[in-house]
Amino acid sequence: MKIIDIVNASMKFGNVTALEDLTLSIDEGEVLGLFGHNGAGKTTTMKLILGLLSPSAGKVSVFGHTPYSQSFSQYRFKLGFLPENVSFYPQLTGREILHYFARLKKVDLKKSDQLLDEVGLSSACNRKVKTYSKGMKQRLGLAQAILTEPKLLLLDEPTVGLDPIATQDFYGMVDRLRNDGCAVILCSHVLPGVEKHINRAAILGGGKLQALGSLSELRDQASLPMTIDVHGMMDREKLCRRIDDYVMSANAINNESVRIKTVQSEKLSLLKEILNHPGVADIEIHPASLEDVYRHFVSANVQMQSHMEGAR
Amino acid sequence: MNPVLSIAQKELKDGLRNRWIVAITLIFALLAIGISWFGAAASGVIGFTSIPNTIISLASLAVFLIPLISLLLAYDAIVGEDEDGTLLLLLTYPLTKGQLLIGKLLGHASILGISTTIGFGAAAIIISIFASNVDLVGLYKAFGLFIVSATLLGVCFVAIAYIISGLVTEKSKAAGMALISWFMFVLVFDLALLGILVATEGKFNAELFPYLLLLNPTDVFRLINLVGFDAVGTGLITIAADVNFSIYTLLLALVGWVLVPIGIAYGVFIKRKL
Repeated sequence: MKIIDIVNASMKFGNVTALEDLTLSIDEGEVLGLFGHNGAGKTTTMKLILGLLSPSAGKVSVFGHTPYSQSFSQYRFKLGFLPENVSFYPQLTGREILHYFARLKKVDLKKSDQLLDEVGLSSACNRKVKTYSKGMKQRLGLAQAILTEPKLLLLDEPTVGLDPIATQDFYGMVDRLRNDGCAVILCSHVLPGVEKHINRAAILGGGKLQALGSLSELRDQASLPMTIDVHGMMDREKLCRRIDDYVMSANAINNESVRIKTVQSEKLSLLKEILNHPGVADIEIHPASLEDVYRHFVSANVQMQSHMEGAR
Repeated sequence: MNPVLSIAQKELKDGLRNRWIVAITLIFALLAIGISWFGAAASGVIGFTSIPNTIISLASLAVFLIPLISLLLAYDAIVGEDEDGTLLLLLTYPLTKGQLLIGKLLGHASILGISTTIGFGAAAIIISIFASNVDLVGLYKAFGLFIVSATLLGVCFVAIAYIISGLVTEKSKAAGMALISWFMFVLVFDLALLGILVATEGKFNAELFPYLLLLNPTDVFRLINLVGFDAVGTGLITIAADVNFSIYTLLLALVGWVLVPIGIAYGVFIKRKL
């Protein structure tokens, strides 16, 4: 079932087009990574989904209903949101704040105390939030987002300020929610570490969708080379000559290693050749990372823009 | 629990936590007791004089204080939540902008209601205990009306504060605008009316003039606390003596002064960019 269905949505603020012709849908049990530079339209997209804005053109539907209509209120119980910068109410304690949000979402207060435990705030829950670190506020934000076991979760920069272990715990929680059928949108600047936990990535640039698909699809689309490092006491020049047909480049990086760049389609034939080469002791394969994919699509966009400006 | 009540409850708790309720109550109580005992000190008398004297002096002081307190209490209602990022979050919750606004109004109104009732009520009780020869029924009636009208006046300025809070994007700007609106309603309006009256040598449509007082909630409040007695009041208020507004007309006008600003505040809040 489609949780979110955005069709040709555009958003204009006066003369400024924040979002142009966006088409995007998310199924239940899917985690979508939403990436883009500042001003790319991420926040606008989130606000459209949350019903805080109504699109200038096109259609947005969430749970099969219009999110910016008054009657959408009843569907908000199944919606969790973690804003990017939220300082909550500094003079209240973490527990009081979560109780307030729990009351607004008609959740049992016991459940809210349990959640404080789960996000690791139980020891700090009776302290005022103004004494909290960024990471602690972030965890409180997470707790309020998952109060109702949501069917849709929007997370804006969720791991900012979290230490590595808390980040891991957080992604574990996202995986768990996904397995329960929750659709998740993850908006992030922090690219490393996100890969494993997202089903698809949407890359926005200049208010337009630059790329959408699973990471391997995007890698194919971008035809980004993968890097293969070969180690061992071997005749490096001979190896380079042997694999010449399959590679984009092959260079010795030190006495015992060769770094090869190649494309997905040549990977298996290339590996066979390398394995048959005498003296090869180890092979490391690095597919293009999310960061490379992101850089590819964003810089393509920037080039296009500067091209257009040049044409004017 | 209804979201409106949850929000009202939080505002009320905040009022208790940051000592607003205690502070306002104390100010009101001291003011009322002070005025009832020393209000006539200028004419060489110390001690409780009369109910009309007390209420009229109390009204002329409260008319400065209550709008200021209310504006201070509520000026950050919307812009403050926006600055903390909680407004964005709350609006993704199962509640509408209208419910949020009404919840806050209910909370702030309770804070003012509790403070005026306890503060001025305590003064009335002290007077009834310590002053001799007081008509108790008249005393409680006068103070009851005073408390109701003072609360309505406060809520009116809370609603005006919401308009300001919905219009601006910075808390400090809201504070500045709140101060200006206080100055306009409490001082400038009356001075301007008086100016017109003097400049036209009283020839300015004399029948219309008393009704102009209804355009200022602080004047309505003062009139309410005059009509119960056969007093004529002081200053600008005397021009209303010819019209003889009934207490119900005046109370209705004050209720209107709550409803219209809250309606405008709602419109402003709906249009506010997030």
